[in-house]
Amino acid sequence: MRNALMAGLLAAVACGIVGVYVVVKRIVFISGGIAHASFGGIGIGYYLGINPIIGALVFSLASGLAIGGITRKTRLSADTAIGILWAVGMAVGIIFIYLTPGYAPDLMSYLFGNILTVPMTDIYLMLGLDLVIISIVTIFFKEYLILSFDEEYATAIGMPVDILYFLLLAMIALTVVVLIRVVGMILVIALLTFPAAMARLFTYDMKKMMILSVIFGFLFTLGGLWISYELNLPSGATIILLGGVVLALAFGVSRLFVKKAAPDKE
Amino acid sequence: MKNENEIVKLQNIRVSYGGVPALEDVTISIFRHDFLGIIGPNGGGKSTLLKVLLGLVKPDSGTVSVFGKNPEQARSRIGYVSQRPVFDNNYPVSIWDVAMMGRYGKAGIMRRYSHEDKAAVERALKRVDMFKYKDKQIGRLSGGQQQRVFVARALVSEPELLLLDEPTASIDSTLQAEFYELLGELKRNLTIIMVSHDIGAVSIYVDKIACLNRQLYYHGSREITAEVLEATYKCPVQLITHGPVPHRVLKEH
Repeated sequence: MRNALMAGLLAAVACGIVGVYVVVKRIVFISGGIAHASFGGIGIGYYLGINPIIGALVFSLASGLAIGGITRKTRLSADTAIGILWAVGMAVGIIFIYLTPGYAPDLMSYLFGNILTVPMTDIYLMLGLDLVIISIVTIFFKEYLILSFDEEYATAIGMPVDILYFLLLAMIALTVVVLIRVVGMILVIALLTFPAAMARLFTYDMKKMMILSVIFGFLFTLGGLWISYELNLPSGATIILLGGVVLALAFGVSRLFVKKAAPDKE
Repeated sequence: MKNENEIVKLQNIRVSYGGVPALEDVTISIFRHDFLGIIGPNGGGKSTLLKVLLGLVKPDSGTVSVFGKNPEQARSRIGYVSQRPVFDNNYPVSIWDVAMMGRYGKAGIMRRYSHEDKAAVERALKRVDMFKYKDKQIGRLSGGQQQRVFVARALVSEPELLLLDEPTASIDSTLQAEFYELLGELKRNLTIIMVSHDIGAVSIYVDKIACLNRQLYYHGSREITAEVLEATYKCPVQLITHGPVPHRVLKEH
């Protein structure tokens, strides 16, 4: 249970911070592609007998960079690149799991997450990845504020736009790995978007949005964990459903307010 | 021999997008404290020319020199206001932070914004009369107000060359005159290149005019002849005068 709480907190930090960029830069499906492609790494991890999470780390980083490379350097559009990597990654994973002799233990927890069974080694890995993400965002905060606002302008003022974009994809890849153990690779994009979308309702300051988003992410994980324990439901899916319901309610309430406040806009 | 005052030098620039020519054989020199208006029909390559100066578009052939260097190296000395910045109106950023983006070139990577940066932002926002809105979110402003903020963002970098792409396109007409007055003040310390299809305004406020429709019909002074405009717009035009008289371009009936 202590591991579960720590895993939840570490996941909330990663998805809260990186999710804000994913939401404001509208790259939710790039994140989905990276998440699914990481399954190839999980399969190879099983096959080689190493920790599948390490395989996922390598694979999600590689697929993030590949999506970036394809969209920036070739004529293929981003969603084509996403589609290709998404399916190829999954296929690689399925083949290698099939080739692995015997039964693949806790395969389901990689697919759909199980916050209650996160081992201590993975907690340390998640902590390390969180620290990497926090450092990158702290160092390049003002760069990303400009880049995700107006990329043409960022290029015009001489910012290394391509390098920063690849770095952002790498951060998404790391976040996917942090989240896999908690909600599973299939549900990762939900935790990347819900908390940030929710935070956006309350502030238009990027820093505050990140802090709020981390808090919401943690509340969703805690709440979902508690509900799943009480009702004996799978934790990953419960966390996501709780997030979805809360977000829908919040949007509904905020629309009521916006209608009242609308005349304020010129 | 290099001329110190020659800020921009384009020679035989040719740009095409997927085989369709956008600029053909464009040669022009722009000098310190010029206020150059570039006019021409839509799709005539006006925005492309500015992007060549910024190094955002690489010409197929020809040479570009800005401050005697290639465009990438000169970027920190250029302020740029794009035609219609593409951004999300819900983007979480305040007016103050948008203007601060212009200081990035000065602050550079891995450096925090200093008191000097903040002072520059305050000055620029006051100059375009947007300081009172500094804490508002960018999406809450009208198009014209947003445009002023983007001008402020270009000014805070203390550029030597200011590029404006249709700056008045989203400003209502009462604010346009005010906006041109502002440019009139700015041109004392700056070199300005403004792209516009507002021939009337351009001929009142700018010092030099170039007409662009794939090829450049450069005229130098702001007195455009009917022949130049005809060549640019590929259609007969009403005689163009300058001064307070309104100008019109008419299609052949």
